[in-house]
Amino acid sequence: MRMETVIRSKPVWQLLDFQEIWRYRELFWVFAWRDIKVRYKQTAFGVLWALLQPLFSMFVFTIFFGNIAKIPSGELPYALFVLIGLVFWTYFSGVLTNASNSMIENENIIKKVYFPRIILPASKAVVGLIDFAVAFAMTTLVILYFGQTVHPNIIWLLPLGILVTFTGSMGLGLLIAAINVKYRDVRYILPFFIQMLVFITPVIYPTNIMRPAFARLMAVNPMTAVVESVRVAVTGSGSVDWGIMIISIVSSLVLLTVGLLYFRSTERFFADII
Amino acid sequence: MNKPIIEINGLSKKYRYGPSQPYYTLRDSLSNIFKPAPKNNNDSFWALKDVSMTVREGEVVGIIGPNGSGKSTLLKILSRITMPTRGEAIIRGRVGSLLEVGTGFHQELTGRENLYLNGSILGMNRKEINNKFDEIVDFSGIEKFLDTPVKRYSSGMLVRLGFAVAAHLDPEILLIDEVLAVGDIEFQNKCLKKMDEVAKGGRTILFVSHNMNSIEQLCTSAVCLVGGKVGAEGKDVNRVVANYLKVTTKGLKGKWVNKNKKFDSKYFFPKSVSLIDMNDNVISSSTRNDADIRIVFKGHIKTPSKSVIVGYNIYQARSNILLYSSFSTDGKPETWPIFKKGECTLEAKIPRRFLNEDEYRIEPMIVYRRSLADKLFILKPGEIGVSLSLSIKGGLSDSPFWVQNRGGLIAPELKWELKDTV
Repeated sequence: MRMETVIRSKPVWQLLDFQEIWRYRELFWVFAWRDIKVRYKQTAFGVLWALLQPLFSMFVFTIFFGNIAKIPSGELPYALFVLIGLVFWTYFSGVLTNASNSMIENENIIKKVYFPRIILPASKAVVGLIDFAVAFAMTTLVILYFGQTVHPNIIWLLPLGILVTFTGSMGLGLLIAAINVKYRDVRYILPFFIQMLVFITPVIYPTNIMRPAFARLMAVNPMTAVVESVRVAVTGSGSVDWGIMIISIVSSLVLLTVGLLYFRSTERFFADII
Repeated sequence: MNKPIIEINGLSKKYRYGPSQPYYTLRDSLSNIFKPAPKNNNDSFWALKDVSMTVREGEVVGIIGPNGSGKSTLLKILSRITMPTRGEAIIRGRVGSLLEVGTGFHQELTGRENLYLNGSILGMNRKEINNKFDEIVDFSGIEKFLDTPVKRYSSGMLVRLGFAVAAHLDPEILLIDEVLAVGDIEFQNKCLKKMDEVAKGGRTILFVSHNMNSIEQLCTSAVCLVGGKVGAEGKDVNRVVANYLKVTTKGLKGKWVNKNKKFDSKYFFPKSVSLIDMNDNVISSSTRNDADIRIVFKGHIKTPSKSVIVGYNIYQARSNILLYSSFSTDGKPETWPIFKKGECTLEAKIPRRFLNEDEYRIEPMIVYRRSLADKLFILKPGEIGVSLSLSIKGGLSDSPFWVQNRGGLIAPELKWELKDTV
């Protein structure tokens, strides 16, 4: 039976056409493979860059925020405290940046070939996962170095954390990617926006230095629960603040839905306005 | 009977003109919120208007038309890159679209890596690429540079690689947009031959081109779009092409008339010079190369003289002189015309299949020459701006080899014979 495609001005609409995405799964991997290849071409350190960035930030932050500003880090040494925050934050901001730029970066392909556009930002999330894995492996070494006992909770907290990070960054990334196609201002705002975002994420400070109500509000940023709960698992106590966790999960799902809705409803004009 | 492989019903696409189309800024939009929406619709146009057609399996459809007539828009809609504003199209089969050679090539990646990347973007899967890898590399002729980043390739090599991948695309329906207008002639012919092979293999192809020879050679039917609408279509490809050429190259200057007696002498008064085709019509649009073209001079002999010489120069499009011709330079003195007082008509012939497919300028020459040094030009080519235009399109040769214009300046058919090889 031959595939039949009907082209109309208003196509049958669905949030995600899984069947089609499945048909294009190979292209999805090819895009991911391309980005990885290109990233480490002509670099002397190669994949080591995935280590150097968070490691260097860890040293600088530990000196300024840990030793000089003396920001409390609970039961964790500040270096490890900030490293956990940084590793997740780097993944989040990386996916957000790359997904947001994925449409305009691949403008020439979008104008000449059809494929479900969503596989471009999605492949960015997978590429980011590799750097994350490398950085997290290093974090494990730092945990061993400080001799921290890790709570068994980590077995499900870590994947959950990654999932929420992925969901949140994809949602926001899809939304910005679609806006980026139409408004080129986004390109200039984005780096600034992400820089600001790090301050409302508990990367360099814990949430328990603020009032509980305010901490709840911060949980609207999905990264709050992710960073905080992974830290808790590493301290060995493993007591998850479910209130914050649920707010963050819901918030990341809302982000994903909004991002998807906007992306899917505008993507058919991308080739015309990009 | 099977359903047609492509059905297009009333397909239309509206685009907007002006700066609002390509470049938006957030600030503009924010500041426009409080302004009333523009009422008039003058800033938009229909790139495609009510196009309907059906394509049967195995057909090779040539899509022709002037620039901006909607050819590319049609292919873009069929390949789902852009949405129609109205109408619908039903496509029964896997579509491969080839709107550009080397889509998605990445400068930093090697030839080998780009081959996989480009192949995947065009819709091949890994297994297909692996199977055809050697064939593709062979076709491209760049195996030595396979592991060099393509940023170090010449543009010609890039095109070769890009086309080699494209030529091995194997979907049920292939949409091709003018991709053959690149690369050197030899490679172009190789590509066309490959396309012919693909077409003969029963594939359905929609092929946009400005090259009428390749359309005539490859296609089994043709559609001519004019201003976003279907102007002419049918199985008689030559007729559709001829029709199109007539419309688009209308207004070529095939006749010059000596208005206001601007040019005159006491020996010869030139009245007109014209290019005449085999049906005795003045040539006013592009013409096929398979019939003679006559250059007809009309004038009035006021004082018969042996010193009046008539001829012409042919210039190729980019102002290269191609040849000089006159009766006195092309034959023995006994064959030169003897002028008598009164009206006269002189005719020169450009034989069929002599010129190549190109644009030409023909400038008549009439000179009174008493000696080598003493010349009086009545019409002087290259200076006075009296010229006729000639455009050769199609009918280059009966050989299946030339689907494009031939390499080189001229395109004569020369004789070949097999002699015994004892």
